[in-house]
Amino acid sequence: MTLILMKGNEAVKLVAQNPLVWFARRILSGVVVVWAAATFAFLTQCLLPGDRAQIIINVRSGNVGPAPPAELAAVNAQYGFDQPLVVQYANYIWRILHGDLGESYQQHRPVVGIIAEQIGPTIVLAIAALLTAWAIAVLATLLIAGRDNIWSKLLSGAQIFLATVPPYWLATILLVVFAVNLRIFPVVGESTAMGLVLPTLALALELSGFFGQVVLNEFTRVLEQPFVTSARARGMSDFGVRLHHVLRHAALPGITLSGWALGKLLSGAILIEIVFARQGLGGVLVAATSSRDVPIVSGAVLISAGLFVLLSVIVDLAYRMLDPRMKLT
Amino acid sequence: MSRFAEVTVSQPLREVLEFICNVPFRVAASLAIIGFFVLAAIAPKVLQTHDPLAIDLSSSLQSPSTVHWLGTDQLGRDLYSRVLEGAGQSLAIGLGATALSISVALILGVAAALFAGVVDSILTRIFDVLFAIPTLLLALVFVTVFGPSVLTEVIAVGIATAPGYARMIRGQMLSIKGTGYVEAAKALGHPFPRIAWRHILPNTMNPLTAMMTIGVGQAIIWASGLAFLGLGVAPPAPEWGALLNAGRNYVIYSWWLEVIPGLAVTIFALSLTIVGGHLQDRLEGKA
Repeated sequence: MTLILMKGNEAVKLVAQNPLVWFARRILSGVVVVWAAATFAFLTQCLLPGDRAQIIINVRSGNVGPAPPAELAAVNAQYGFDQPLVVQYANYIWRILHGDLGESYQQHRPVVGIIAEQIGPTIVLAIAALLTAWAIAVLATLLIAGRDNIWSKLLSGAQIFLATVPPYWLATILLVVFAVNLRIFPVVGESTAMGLVLPTLALALELSGFFGQVVLNEFTRVLEQPFVTSARARGMSDFGVRLHHVLRHAALPGITLSGWALGKLLSGAILIEIVFARQGLGGVLVAATSSRDVPIVSGAVLISAGLFVLLSVIVDLAYRMLDPRMKLT
Repeated sequence: MSRFAEVTVSQPLREVLEFICNVPFRVAASLAIIGFFVLAAIAPKVLQTHDPLAIDLSSSLQSPSTVHWLGTDQLGRDLYSRVLEGAGQSLAIGLGATALSISVALILGVAAALFAGVVDSILTRIFDVLFAIPTLLLALVFVTVFGPSVLTEVIAVGIATAPGYARMIRGQMLSIKGTGYVEAAKALGHPFPRIAWRHILPNTMNPLTAMMTIGVGQAIIWASGLAFLGLGVAPPAPEWGALLNAGRNYVIYSWWLEVIPGLAVTIFALSLTIVGGHLQDRLEGKA
């Protein structure tokens, strides 16, 4: 809620600005966020307790014992750990600018390649879930907003429930009921359309709970506006008023939530991919976390921060285009 | 004013009485559930029907029955007793993570609100960056760096959920800073630290209490999510997340091993959300 209000205030402040100046500032602040995320990713690599070269050798060989000094020196030289931190940092940023996120300790391959291979299914899942969540939230709102009956109570209760329930648990229930017992969908996540249905639902239902609550609030507020009464006075049907007049207004603050939803979607997707044994970032990240393969995890942090910034710029642009009050002469 | 107005009781006591009598059913039910789990956390033996660690291979993987209310696991251990045994550790992780999260957020949020200008814009940028990283991914970073343990779980969840609180505290403090009573205190010549301590902070605490109530439930969900991925507490401990992780391998034939611990997490978090929401409504209604 605060998010929307803050966005709202920000938007009001921005009206007086030249759109190009606004856009340039928006891009600049996005770059700052990505740079800070890169710094954070670099720091996590330095924070690794113990000797990094030792850890890398252990991750590679699977041994626990101390490595001979010659081997340590070779690894130190290879990764540049023998240089001062400032030089390492500069090199790190320089490599990122050239699209190089480092090399996996375990797989001896560039992190960019590993993530690029696996990010496809995750993005498909996330987009499918985002659209489904919106569809569910909007449909529920159209049906229940401003009405006080048993259905509206049931549905808004369901929204609170869905917004709270852990996504991995919901995913498991769906898996047990629809794949194991009813055998409607495949048990193990396949890349087919049928295999996508359950993971998408598991991810979307939680999000639709959040969206639903926000859109419902806004919808109820807009229903009391004068232009709604005037539309009704013209003899428009109740559903027509809701669909053509109220929804457009109510959806606007919800759109700003889509940027925020990305983080929620990525977190959820990791868990849900594990539940359904789907291909995607989830499996890679969990494996990398348990084998302490830092470059993969910090690479994923950097990429998701970049995606977040990109998406929030798009959302802000869309907001300005969709809301005529934001348009400038 | 109210039906307690004629009784001469002190104001705070009257408020407590009114609060108790006006509680809706869903809030009362939620409080009962929270009470049940808190009791399980403090004294698990009182509510347990079996020894949660007793292995009985002759009754392994039994579905829920009158003897084993919620079934048994692969080693024949009673799931109901294990869920209760796990409540303590799960609650401790949730409370610990929330406490850490709030402390970090209070320091950052208060600093951002009090020192407007450079400090504020730097801190706001830091919140932006932390917001740009998905919560679970941020938690994974901590587990990667420090290795899986209870402490890592608390730190990971605590830090990963801090930016949300920090933003809220900053916003709340900024809005209080502009109110009439703060202006009045300034005009009376009170030093700023005193104003911050006596006026701004107490008024920030109200919405924070409601948020914290909901936050404990969310922290338990995140922590059990980490454990579900096998990145949490070591297996023998029947913490909820560990139970979820152990149940994952049996989900196809013995659904209860996965569904029941998840249900415990869900019901507990849901109860906290309902109570927190109710607190929020009441505190806002008063303001």
